[in-house]
Amino acid sequence: MRGLHIPGYSSYKALYFLIPLLIILPILFPSNYMISVFTQIGIFSIVTLGLVLLMGYAGQISLGHAAFMGIGAYSSAILTVTYGMPVWLGIVLGMLISAAIAYIVGSQTLKLREHFLALATLGFNIIVYIVLVGYGELTKGASGFLGIPKFQLFGFALTKEIHYYILIWVIVLLLAIISLNIVNSHIGRVLRGIHDSEIATQSLGVNIARYKLNIFVISAVYASLAGSLYAHYINFIAPATFNISTSIELLLMVAVGGSQPIWGALIGSTIVISLSEFITPLLTKALGAKSEVKIVLFGALLILVMMYIPKGFVSLLKYLVPAKKQKYSGLATTNKTEK
Amino acid sequence: MSEPLLRVSGLTKKFGGITAVNDVSFHVNDNEIVAIIGPNGAGKTTLFNMITGVTPPTSGDIFLRGEKINHLQVHDLARKGISRTFQNLQIFHNMTVLENVMLGSHIKLKTGILGAAFNRLLVHREDRIAYEMAEEALEKVGLKDRMYDIAGELSYGLQKMLEVARAIVSSPPLLLLDEPMAGLNDGESARLSSLLLELKKQGFTLLFVEHDMKTVMRIAERIVVINFGNKIADGPPEAIKRDPQVIAAYLGEEDY
Repeated sequence: MRGLHIPGYSSYKALYFLIPLLIILPILFPSNYMISVFTQIGIFSIVTLGLVLLMGYAGQISLGHAAFMGIGAYSSAILTVTYGMPVWLGIVLGMLISAAIAYIVGSQTLKLREHFLALATLGFNIIVYIVLVGYGELTKGASGFLGIPKFQLFGFALTKEIHYYILIWVIVLLLAIISLNIVNSHIGRVLRGIHDSEIATQSLGVNIARYKLNIFVISAVYASLAGSLYAHYINFIAPATFNISTSIELLLMVAVGGSQPIWGALIGSTIVISLSEFITPLLTKALGAKSEVKIVLFGALLILVMMYIPKGFVSLLKYLVPAKKQKYSGLATTNKTEK
Repeated sequence: MSEPLLRVSGLTKKFGGITAVNDVSFHVNDNEIVAIIGPNGAGKTTLFNMITGVTPPTSGDIFLRGEKINHLQVHDLARKGISRTFQNLQIFHNMTVLENVMLGSHIKLKTGILGAAFNRLLVHREDRIAYEMAEEALEKVGLKDRMYDIAGELSYGLQKMLEVARAIVSSPPLLLLDEPMAGLNDGESARLSSLLLELKKQGFTLLFVEHDMKTVMRIAERIVVINFGNKIADGPPEAIKRDPQVIAAYLGEEDY
């Protein structure tokens, strides 16, 4: 801080806790299944790290980010399998394609406010889904795209679960630092300003349309990267994975985890994926029900979070860490009272 | 005589068949305090919205030091040196007082999204600039000891002061205030009045729309009176008080 205390900044200190945790987890739970769940949490955390900037900070609701995951995944698949490009190039081109599409979609839809933006992005997601199903020559249609190559790193093929766990979580940490840097700056204040009052932010000289668009593009690039990594990790993709139900799950992750500080992205992904991986099968068996149990569970979770912890689970973190703010609010109470 | 700081010429706004503002012209000189008054529905707010870029005029022009500004967007006006406050407070409720004002220094900063992500030195440098500017502005309005409080938790009167601090932090030459005294009690409005007079001493130029005649008569050097969309008077408070048209249209309704 160097003498400057700027409130509203998220702490990097969570990394001291997170990194050891990430090292210990695969030792505690060495089974391939558990590691694959952790990897999956990592992939979704990449998307939600972008979404907390868009939804939590700038206050723009998207129901279409699964589409950007799909664009990334299919770009990677098509470019590497059909056109024989190296994996890294497919990922980078996928991110560029997603950025371009996000730019075009965003420049039109971000003029819309609140629910209308959500609806427009929902519509965009449906369009992308239809294209993925319908444009079979390129995407292989509803039956899915097989044989996507494994990840290659410096001529070294990543084959084991643990390789992907490491790769993906390293990327998550790097992106978390980038997201933290963005919110821990004047830009973070601009985004929160847009959330609180667009007109006031604008009157301070902020071209809010440009900021909203840029953040939308960044979050789409994060989603695209996650989609590409998913494609090379699972080696098989199908359009259904990138349909609106996934977008809704992403929204749920952000809502449940919270977004200020940005660690809510990781918490939300962890909670939602753990529920669907560990709790849903138990409940399904216990109730003798079908997979709809998951939807009921998610619905209940969302209602409870909105009622009792509207700022998401991450807002509970402050009870774990002794508040630094204390000395300042102490000062505040001693000043002259108004009225 | 050089161009006045703000000059409004033949400004007209029609909403369908209704003319809300009709051919209004006036100017604001450097370091002057000018008030726009008028009965309810006279068109003050529409006039104000046109000057602040929120509503485009049907016809007429607005000049800032001779430069035509009526086609600029809201965010461009701040860069030109026009800052404003809002009638129904538009503070950032979830941010601290300090952050509210730091955001006000936007036009003085250069950090972009990529700069924030990868150039931490720039961020630290600009944070310090914004922090020091904010501290100074908060000192001026007397909110420095509340800087770490959440803005939404301040009293209404203090939120008004905060809005002024946010508007002046980038030292804009022209400050536009939309009904600054609305909702304030006597003590609060007296404090805000002295603050506005103090800002004039520091070189700011102020244009405000106001209902509260006591404040207008106390701090305005010149008053522009609007009635049914037309300008009916423009002059110093003493002259306005005696103007028969103004008395008939506005002051006559109540005792002052």
